[in-house]
Amino acid sequence: MHYSLSDMILDLLQNSVEAGAREINLELLREQKNLTVRLTDNGCGMTEGELEKAKEPFFTDGIKHKHRRVGLGIPFLIQTVEQTGGLFDIQSEKNMGTSLNIQFDLGNVDTPPEGDWPGLFLQALCFEGDYELIIRRMIISENGEETGYELRRTELQDILGDFTESGAMLLLRDYLRSQEEELS
Amino acid sequence: MAKMTLEELRKLRSSQKSEMERRDVEGKETHIIVGMGTCGIAAGAKGALDGFLDTIKKNNLDDVVVKQTGCMGLCYAEPTVEVKVPGMPDTIYGNVDAKVAAEIVEKHIMHKELVQDHIQDKPAGDIIK
Repeated sequence: MHYSLSDMILDLLQNSVEAGAREINLELLREQKNLTVRLTDNGCGMTEGELEKAKEPFFTDGIKHKHRRVGLGIPFLIQTVEQTGGLFDIQSEKNMGTSLNIQFDLGNVDTPPEGDWPGLFLQALCFEGDYELIIRRMIISENGEETGYELRRTELQDILGDFTESGAMLLLRDYLRSQEEELS
Repeated sequence: MAKMTLEELRKLRSSQKSEMERRDVEGKETHIIVGMGTCGIAAGAKGALDGFLDTIKKNNLDDVVVKQTGCMGLCYAEPTVEVKVPGMPDTIYGNVDAKVAAEIVEKHIMHKELVQDHIQDKPAGDIIK
């Protein structure tokens, strides 16, 4: 089981990259009591039947690992949401893409910690492949004040070049951590 | 650390590049590949990745290639990491936390010495192509 919510989202983002998505959008909206996550991609999508199977832990499409019989990314998410009073919805259309809407109840004592968001963004930006990833992080404080930032993979690649070069990855990590500075 | 702008990031990257050219670093032949499947994530592969990046930074190794991959089929030994260094056998290490990651950089990559306690033989049979 994943330790933090950000690890859980990383798993789902990796699914989008592996589904061959050209564009992935991730929105994180944190309010006092809730964290809302919206993830959409234009990857290969799933049929209704495949989507039902993806919710089962003892199913995988057999493409990645021919003889394996487990796929735990989505089941982990469902389990967490069900045990902690959250909400979860997944829609998918074959050859069109997949979208996920999740709400975590941050007030529930059993909800995992949020984890390291800039760490998640670093990893999600650094998967191999030619995809656009747009991340919007927004926080609404108790008094209604909004803070946040937006990241675009292509824009950052234009500046840093290949993220797999350690020098570029280190600068990207510094940049992402610094974006958290002015959040309330 | 104040919030960095894209322009500041661009300047830092360009000075880093000229420093790398000045040092005339060798080609990008050293690869660190971190397993980031569900199993890797659950076992703390993120901590391993941060450990690699911190040690790379400490030793100014700006030209190492760091990649993430999916499950390597060694879920029982996660986090797993494959290390490729010229003149060394390609090696898969298991149970790599931040401390072991630092050891891999300083021993295996910098001094061409294997980190004995963490070597896994090879990817699992059903994963090898």
